[in-house]
Amino acid sequence: MEGAAYHLWLIPGLPLAAVLLNLLAGHRLGRRGVGWLACGAAGLAFAWSVVAVLRLAGLPAEHRAVAEGVYTWMRVADLRVDVSFLLDPLSAVMILVVTGVGFLIHVYSTGYMAHDPDVRRFFLYLNLFMFAMLTLVLADNFLLMFVGWEGVGLCSYLLIGFWYARPAAAAAGKKAFIVNRIGDYGFLLAMMAIFAAAGTLRYHEVFALAPGLFVAGGAAVTTITLLLFLGATGKSAQLPLYVWLPDAMEGPTPVSALIHAATMVTAGVYMVARTHVLYQLAPVSLEVVAWVGGLTALFAATIGLAQNDIKRVLAYSTVSQLGYMFLACGVGAFAAGIFHLMTHAFFKALLFLGAGSVIHALSDEQDLRRMGGLHARLPWTHFTMLVATLAIAGIPPFAGFFSKDEILTAAFASGHAALWVVGLAGALLTAFYMFRLYVLAFRGRPRLSPEAERHLHESPPAMIVPLFVLAVLSLVGGLVGPPLVEGGHPFARWLAPVFGGGHGGGHAGTAAHAVAPAVEWALLAASVLVAAAGIVLAFRSYLWSPETATRLRERFAGAHRLLLDKYRVDELYERTAVRGVYETARAAWRFFDVRVVDGVVNGVGTTFEAASAVLRLFQTGSVGTYALFITLGVAALLFHFLRP
Amino acid sequence: MIPLSWLLALSGVLFCIGVVGVLVRRNALVIFMSIELMLNAANLAFVAFSRHLNSLDGQVFVFFVMTVAAAEVAVGLAIIVNLFRLRETVFVDEINLLKG
Repeated sequence: MEGAAYHLWLIPGLPLAAVLLNLLAGHRLGRRGVGWLACGAAGLAFAWSVVAVLRLAGLPAEHRAVAEGVYTWMRVADLRVDVSFLLDPLSAVMILVVTGVGFLIHVYSTGYMAHDPDVRRFFLYLNLFMFAMLTLVLADNFLLMFVGWEGVGLCSYLLIGFWYARPAAAAAGKKAFIVNRIGDYGFLLAMMAIFAAAGTLRYHEVFALAPGLFVAGGAAVTTITLLLFLGATGKSAQLPLYVWLPDAMEGPTPVSALIHAATMVTAGVYMVARTHVLYQLAPVSLEVVAWVGGLTALFAATIGLAQNDIKRVLAYSTVSQLGYMFLACGVGAFAAGIFHLMTHAFFKALLFLGAGSVIHALSDEQDLRRMGGLHARLPWTHFTMLVATLAIAGIPPFAGFFSKDEILTAAFASGHAALWVVGLAGALLTAFYMFRLYVLAFRGRPRLSPEAERHLHESPPAMIVPLFVLAVLSLVGGLVGPPLVEGGHPFARWLAPVFGGGHGGGHAGTAAHAVAPAVEWALLAASVLVAAAGIVLAFRSYLWSPETATRLRERFAGAHRLLLDKYRVDELYERTAVRGVYETARAAWRFFDVRVVDGVVNGVGTTFEAASAVLRLFQTGSVGTYALFITLGVAALLFHFLRP
Repeated sequence: MIPLSWLLALSGVLFCIGVVGVLVRRNALVIFMSIELMLNAANLAFVAFSRHLNSLDGQVFVFFVMTVAAAEVAVGLAIIVNLFRLRETVFVDEINLLKG
């Protein structure tokens, strides 16, 4: 086969090489040098990804799956795990997004982190993340994917806590790591169950065996898929494990853009899409995925309404948008989910980077209440942010419109009308809170602190250029998937070899085409109207008549308080789960550590003390006594041996 | 002719006197003499067995013991004399410098 021609190992290998180089020689490279090294590795990885994907596209559609083994990692009895990479249309999309957006964010970071004393460590972690993420998406078996999965979790932890001297950042990193651990536990159990059932962990073997192995809708496959989804809810911040993502905003903003918006958090969606063969055998699990996704989308959007920290609004928005992706997967429209994953990577990375540019310009001010009127002062940032905001709000022809609309149409077409309503409500809220953010930051009269006012400056080119590239992508990225195309739009056709073209009927990843064009037009119109309504509402409440917002806030003070406190979910978890663990640990400590462990140790001590208290009586130090005992001993021995 | 048992009984009695002397007396000189007494009790037993068995081996042992005892007396007395010069006492319970 022409397998060797792809050299897929280069794609994760280049960032890894940069990590090693940085570790060994980073101190000689200087501040600019490490930036160049990191950007170079990411850029080359992107370039090679493009080459590999172009070669893949040259193959006939049904042969577009290239697996390249690097070496056999372990072979124990029936278990054989290869470090082996798989390039197919799905992983092709993922590597292009990861390396492409990742490269832009690396470039942006050279500007954003220019003043940070620890820039070398930053780029080290960033490259390490790229390596882990690319391993995750390129793996051709579950265990290697898990390696990447844990790797990105580790890098996420390290980068959230990058400013480790700040207690909030250290705590946020810890929280992210621990919450993710719960999800990873599910993933691990699912992986073991898959191995127990199929005897292999390679995707194509598992998926080929799956229909014969599992009864459709049976308990085994439902359990496995639900456990996998538990892993996905942890990594992709869905209900009930979403709580770590908003806190993760303590990390540097490029990290939020790369890891907590564009790439890592979408790993869960990717994993569900990757294992769609199993999910299609488990309708119950699909239903769970759809509802969790839909409810998360709405739930997080409502919290986003009231937050005042620019990055927190975006964080809840990310949770919400990830919910849409799961909603798509849950209704069987996997291609639509991946489509939204891609467009979301563009516009959400742009939003975060734009927010970073604002924060950078305002000397680390993140509170929306102390912004305003920035459109004239930061014209480029303003322009790109506006593009991204329009994209996420779902205004045609921006990217978010196409993908979000496809998801909603798919939900409607698959007979989940209730989910369609939930999604539509979420879209309304999305448009509203995103334009609230836009208006509060860029419009109205400035509310800057004098300190920020003095240092106000547009960001350097290293930050602005990536913004523009992402703005272009946010503008045209959706055009690969226009609605109302007979036989599926180009993006869906590209993914068809993975998600099974047309043979799955309604589950074909292009569920949108199960409805008549007239209905689809109506759905399109509905989502555009809803988005427009949200935008108008936001302008009305925060720009044209700001007293509306104040009045609403006062009228629904309780509800507003609840939203501001994020439904007090953190407090609930604190009371139940966290304290539960603490109390259990405390009880275990009181019993096992204090009684058993310490008891044994102290018991040994007291035994010897008691014994020596008796024995020391013999140790008088008087030779006469010793002689007496020797004599008595001799006499006793003599008596014993000479006894008649 | 004195029976063997009598001689052995005398030897045992002398040995026990020596032991008790070592254990109960405080004067180092007397303790030393008690040790000599035990040695000579052993010598007596040797001689008695030698005669009983018509063998000279026991007598040879006795000579060895007497030689060693003479040497030992010389060293022991030298120690005791030096001790007395230092501490002006020969009572063993007063010589307890090494007892913690």
